[in-house]
Amino acid sequence: MARYDRAITVFSPDGHLFQVEYALEAVRKGNAAVGVRGTDIVVLGVEKKSAVKLQDSRSVRKIVSLDDHIALACAGLKADARVLINRARIECQSHRLTVEDPVTVEYITRYIAGLQQKYTQSGGVRPFGLSTLIVGFDPYTSVPSLYQTDPSGTFSAWKANATGRNSNSMREFLEKNYKETSGHETIKLAIRALLEVSFCFSYVITAIVT
Amino acid sequence: MKLDTTGMESAAPVWGSHNELVDGFSAAPSFELPNTTDFDGFQKEAIQMVKPAKGTTTLAFIFKEGVMVAADSRASMGGYISSQSVKKIIEINPYMLGTMAGGAADCQFWHRNLGTKCRLHELANKRRISVTGASKLLANILYSYRGMGLSVGTMIAGWDETGPGLYYVDNEGGRLKGMRFSVGSGSPYAYGVLDNGYRYDMSVEEAAELARRAIYHATFRDGASGGVASVYYVGPNGWKKLSGDDVGELHYRYYPVMPSTVEQEMVEVTGA
Repeated sequence: MARYDRAITVFSPDGHLFQVEYALEAVRKGNAAVGVRGTDIVVLGVEKKSAVKLQDSRSVRKIVSLDDHIALACAGLKADARVLINRARIECQSHRLTVEDPVTVEYITRYIAGLQQKYTQSGGVRPFGLSTLIVGFDPYTSVPSLYQTDPSGTFSAWKANATGRNSNSMREFLEKNYKETSGHETIKLAIRALLEVSFCFSYVITAIVT
Repeated sequence: MKLDTTGMESAAPVWGSHNELVDGFSAAPSFELPNTTDFDGFQKEAIQMVKPAKGTTTLAFIFKEGVMVAADSRASMGGYISSQSVKKIIEINPYMLGTMAGGAADCQFWHRNLGTKCRLHELANKRRISVTGASKLLANILYSYRGMGLSVGTMIAGWDETGPGLYYVDNEGGRLKGMRFSVGSGSPYAYGVLDNGYRYDMSVEEAAELARRAIYHATFRDGASGGVASVYYVGPNGWKKLSGDDVGELHYRYYPVMPSTVEQEMVEVTGA
């Protein structure tokens, strides 16, 4: 029987994991996504190309909910995203079942990042080719959170971040213009960041979690 | 459901030879089955042997100020009193208590195991586990051992973000949320006193006295309960032991001996 124990992601002589870095390249080619955290709101935005005229745009969900209080947007291989999102949704429900409490944003981010890391250290598999932006409010609190994960499996919390195509310019814009905002101001900031990089024939979809 | 095997890994590896590559791996931990022809019958017998022996009285109730937990301290093996000083209220962590009824070893081990899991949850999630979550962890573990002869009738009492919490968990895997529970052979007597005297808005002292009385009355009538009535209080800052009174002394405190006036004196018979 074929044994899937030959690793695909191995170290290079100078300490790089090339498969992970190539995965990050795939992310850089994906759609732009931005997330901005305010004092009472957190906003996700993704760029959407409207060039495909015959496609039913409602079937392409770029921002998905993992649970009632958590939403996720990603940049990169959308097929990989589907798999990751399904596992995350199951984990959200499993957590609700075992401790009778909804997940915290940090918990589910840690789970997704752990999953991404596992696929960089297992035999016969390649890393997930996507970075995710996860937003939500922890249960019983009104504190918003924004986290980002990447193909290497690292995650961290952000006040504002962008990923995907032209993420560097978006991040520069956010760094220059970020300040603690709330409500509509935060939404405007996220949209302005997206408008920096996407052309006028694209439109944005925002998810607002309050 | 996957069996919980923390703390139960077998020491020796299953495979015979000492293969360097796999030294340090342990095989999937497993129980050894007893050597009987009729395993199901054996299981039933094992359960019957342990079942009647929930010889104890424990109770807990939620009131305005928090949770009051009380228990006796007698351990009996059939008709023999093996100990009068058993700690039946187990401190899982500084804000959660568990009570012991049924098999002493089972209760102690699984409460300790639960304490470990609660601590790991705290470390991983940077917040305390809720009483709901802790009781659910225990109930799921006990469910996975259903039918294997564990005897555990416990109450998990604690204070978390949502306030006071009280759950009853047993070896069948059942888990009930409630305001008042009493577990053990003395529980009918304790329920009588507890249900009669219970009000939600009692002070801590009143609630402690109610708990103490209920345990005392149970020890008075139930032979399998006795020893010391311990009373613990769980508040927003964690649990605190309030009292531990010998039930014999409690008896004379509640029903002091009145010297009765003698109606007829015995007269010394003199002569002959």
